Amino acid sequence: MKTAPAAWAFAAPALLIITVFFFVPVLAALAVSLTDFDLYALADIRNLRFVGLHNYWRLLHTPDFWRALTNTAYFVVVGVPLSLAASLATALLVNSRLAYLAGLFRTALFAPVVTTLVAVAVVWRYLLHTRYGLINYALAHLGIHPIDWLGDPHWALPAIILFAVWKNFGYNMVIFLAALQSIPADLYEAARLDGASLWQEFGRITLPMLRPTLLLVSILTVAGYFQLFAEPYVMTQGGPLQSTVSVLYFMYEEGFKWWNLGSASAVAFLLFLIILAVTALQLRLARDAQAR
Amino acid sequence: MSTSGARALLHALLLGAAAITLFPLLWMLSVSFMAGGEASAFPPPLLPGHATLANYRQLFGQQNIGRYLTNSLWLAALTTLLSLLFNSLAGYAFAKLHFRGREPILRVLLAALVIPSQVAMLPLFLLMKWLGLVNTYAAVVVPAMAGIFGVFLVRQYALTIPDELLEAARIDGASELRIFTSIVLPALRPILVTLAVFTFLGSWNDFMWPLIVLTDQDLYTLPIALATLSREHVQDYELMMAGAVLTVLPVLVLFLALQRYYIRGILMGSVKG
Repeated sequence: MKTAPAAWAFAAPALLIITVFFFVPVLAALAVSLTDFDLYALADIRNLRFVGLHNYWRLLHTPDFWRALTNTAYFVVVGVPLSLAASLATALLVNSRLAYLAGLFRTALFAPVVTTLVAVAVVWRYLLHTRYGLINYALAHLGIHPIDWLGDPHWALPAIILFAVWKNFGYNMVIFLAALQSIPADLYEAARLDGASLWQEFGRITLPMLRPTLLLVSILTVAGYFQLFAEPYVMTQGGPLQSTVSVLYFMYEEGFKWWNLGSASAVAFLLFLIILAVTALQLRLARDAQAR
Repeated sequence: MSTSGARALLHALLLGAAAITLFPLLWMLSVSFMAGGEASAFPPPLLPGHATLANYRQLFGQQNIGRYLTNSLWLAALTTLLSLLFNSLAGYAFAKLHFRGREPILRVLLAALVIPSQVAMLPLFLLMKWLGLVNTYAAVVVPAMAGIFGVFLVRQYALTIPDELLEAARIDGASELRIFTSIVLPALRPILVTLAVFTFLGSWNDFMWPLIVLTDQDLYTLPIALATLSREHVQDYELMMAGAVLTVLPVLVLFLALQRYYIRGILMGSVKG
């Protein structure tokens, strides 16, 4: 092909950058996770030893790592369905034929997505304040006693989940909206002629037509929620009593606070494997549901 | 239910949802104009008694936030510019030019989208240390100069450029670079705006990586400075809210101006995935 040299020249810079700053580090992470890379190795590479799967084995026997894993799983299992429900519900509202100013509502509901996470996490930290926070103030009107949202180990993670749903649901709402708009209108007209209720329309037409989008969105959201980090970093610093330490927070401390880079790389890889396994499981479940 | 009843309920729900998303942002803005200590009261005040710019003055004066604002701005601008260049070149090549290995490379890139970026982070830090780039802006900009998502975004759009257009230019004797600058780039303009908004927002809002590689306070970006400040000034509601406003406002305005392009990026990203 005569255009080959130019083609390579065009593609090469980006490929080089992606290779050097992404692919090589990913492979290196695998290699480092099999060593005892620590502060001593950082000072002098000759102190580095190959330790096989020791880092992985030790992590699986570290209660703090399990704690981080359980916290993250809790965040995903509770946060993702809440997030998707909020996205779908608001998408249905905005998409309604009866809605005025749908574009304006869409923008308002989407706004938190583009805000800087650190900044709005700071805002929420004050909204969640036990004494002066508006959330407890509002709850007091419903007769609920003040909750120490970020200071109580039972409430810190739920509070972070609420915040994350607020921050993220607009993203998937936009995707659902596009999918809703691509459902042919005559399907609904036919259903209405048959006297179907709104609820039947949703169950028999909307939900089945949204199935591919639902699968895609849940895969992306699950993967994203597994990467929880900045929320606990800003809002709780992992506390109280480790109740908001996520896997990435654990990796950050292990790697950049204690400089156990070998062990931290193993954490990163375990997280990757878990995300991969959960994605595969979701695809499998979707296929089985399709087959039925 | 009658249509007007349904309509009233629908709008009540919509207004409720919009109130929930907008309230924290409006509250942030309001508190940022309060005098020091005013927000720490019960019941929590919604509006400042006497609006004041004291918090902003303190941020720009004592806290040197102008510096972080500039850092964030030009880091995001530079990253955006460079990533536009490299991603558009590669995206176009993958869509329209033939070269050996194009399809297999494309498949590898697509598969690699599932790898979380944090997996690369620790060795990337070591690489930056080895290159002597830790604590420089290069450590933030260089890895972000090209990305799989960007290449794919441009490629998907470039596929729609008619081959005849490119062939005609080649027959006229135009060089490949000439074709790229005078035919391809103008045709790609909408998707380049999309990519620019995405990259700018991503760079502006990025937290974990700058937190790791920028340890010198003078180099901090706004989110890092704000996170540090909020650990030191936990009690200063009003000051922190002013800092949050300065961090959020630029990206919110950018989004409002270019919303259409941003949303297209989300939709193209989700179709491809």
